[in-house]
Amino acid sequence: MSFKKVVIIGAGHGGFQLAATLRQKGYQGSIKLISDEPGLPYQRPPLSKTYLQGKLSDHAMLFRPASFYETEKVELIHDSVTAIHRESKTIELRSGGFLNYDHLVIASGARNRPLNIPGSDLQGVYGIKTRNDADLLAPILGSIKKLAVIGAGFIGLEFAAVAASLGAEVHVIELGERPMQRAISAEMSELFCRAHEQWGVTFHFNSGVSLLEGEAGKVSRLLTSKGEAIELDCVVYGIGVIPNIEIAANSGLKVNNGIIIDQYLLTSDPNISALGDVANFPCRYFAEQTIRLESVQNAVDQARTIAARILGDIAPYTALPWFWTDQGNLKLQIAGLSIGCDETVTLGSDSENKISVLCFKQGTLICVESCNLAGDHMVARKLLSRVSGLTPEIAKAAGFNLKKWELENRPN
Amino acid sequence: MINVTFIEHDGTKHKVSAQAGQSVMQAATFNQVPGITADCGGACACATCHAYVTAEWVNSFPEKTEIETDLLECALDVRESSRLSCQLVLTDAADGIVIELPESQ
Repeated sequence: MSFKKVVIIGAGHGGFQLAATLRQKGYQGSIKLISDEPGLPYQRPPLSKTYLQGKLSDHAMLFRPASFYETEKVELIHDSVTAIHRESKTIELRSGGFLNYDHLVIASGARNRPLNIPGSDLQGVYGIKTRNDADLLAPILGSIKKLAVIGAGFIGLEFAAVAASLGAEVHVIELGERPMQRAISAEMSELFCRAHEQWGVTFHFNSGVSLLEGEAGKVSRLLTSKGEAIELDCVVYGIGVIPNIEIAANSGLKVNNGIIIDQYLLTSDPNISALGDVANFPCRYFAEQTIRLESVQNAVDQARTIAARILGDIAPYTALPWFWTDQGNLKLQIAGLSIGCDETVTLGSDSENKISVLCFKQGTLICVESCNLAGDHMVARKLLSRVSGLTPEIAKAAGFNLKKWELENRPN
Repeated sequence: MINVTFIEHDGTKHKVSAQAGQSVMQAATFNQVPGITADCGGACACATCHAYVTAEWVNSFPEKTEIETDLLECALDVRESSRLSCQLVLTDAADGIVIELPESQ
């Protein structure tokens, strides 16, 4: 089957990588990359950290400079897609145009869950998802005196650390019991909780936000669900994302917590693939149910798998999930998925904030979280990509060294 | 403008122009030089921007941090001259630099 026209909805990490890999591997047909954001496609991780702090220029944030799109004949279209007409293999653009496709890839990502409380439309309330969002926040960053971060997830905490480092008084309001509860072990949560507290962050756990109040249109006060009032001049919320499945669902594609794809990353329509934050897929590393992963690695690796398939190299997607977050001077790296973890073994030095938490499920290693131990993380990626045989008993033994063990227990 | 020459494993040379402040990784990716994958986009969270800095250019850059050292240990075909190119920020002093690329990332 030869494809002449590939259309990609979304120019985030996945959409961009798909275009780049197609050309890199010699695809000769047309590539239309549709972005609903102004400007050239760019990286998202720096938005909550280095870009906000002015440590990374506009230009350095880009995946590629403008010339790439010309020389590689990737047609970047600034528009949004309003409908997919599957029977005629066309998509409809908001500007009124139509585009034909031989193969369509939906890489539309996810949008911020909106903060729907009284006062959320006051000035001084920000989300961080797009370059536009970061451009609004960056100029006022240095002048924030009292900040409330709503949501102790990755984005909220990355921003909390940045604001605290600039001298702001930071309050983090979180519904759950501990930081990043959805994603990490209690041990690692505890390390980050203490670190943030040392940086001057005050946590309010088991708290929601009832409302925001303002003066002259600008936010000045937050009331938690526990009745606590916090005076402030800035609110940043990071309360999760919602996958952009609407046009897929409207076109009749199967959706459930994302656009449903199979192990080849194909939707219920053989001419349409999906990837990244918007896609729900069977993950080799979690058999119990299909999942949707929100990470750069997943978007990029799925893009590469789809590019390969389009060029005739058809194989299931089997990449090991991995992830990182930078908060203050702490780099947390996660290899594998910890869902269903029933036992952990912690290695390293807690007092130095250098630990690895090995997560096991029924005696099998399923995930390793490493803080400032990048070496352990890389070893973990190797271990988790094979049947390693590492058990909690082995890891708990005196003198156990993860790197040494991996080296000594490689299959022949 | 800072001239950077990348030499692929098979000897193919790529001469590119970079700006001061750009990383060696970006000088490669922005100029379509093959051989650097940069999975994490330069966040020092992987080891796929691995490159070799030839001896005479080693002092153009600050020494490796602990994280870079740790990550490098797991790159492919690691040598004395190995660095993560996302951590190598180009300055005018690096004009003319030669960077060698590994066989794969």
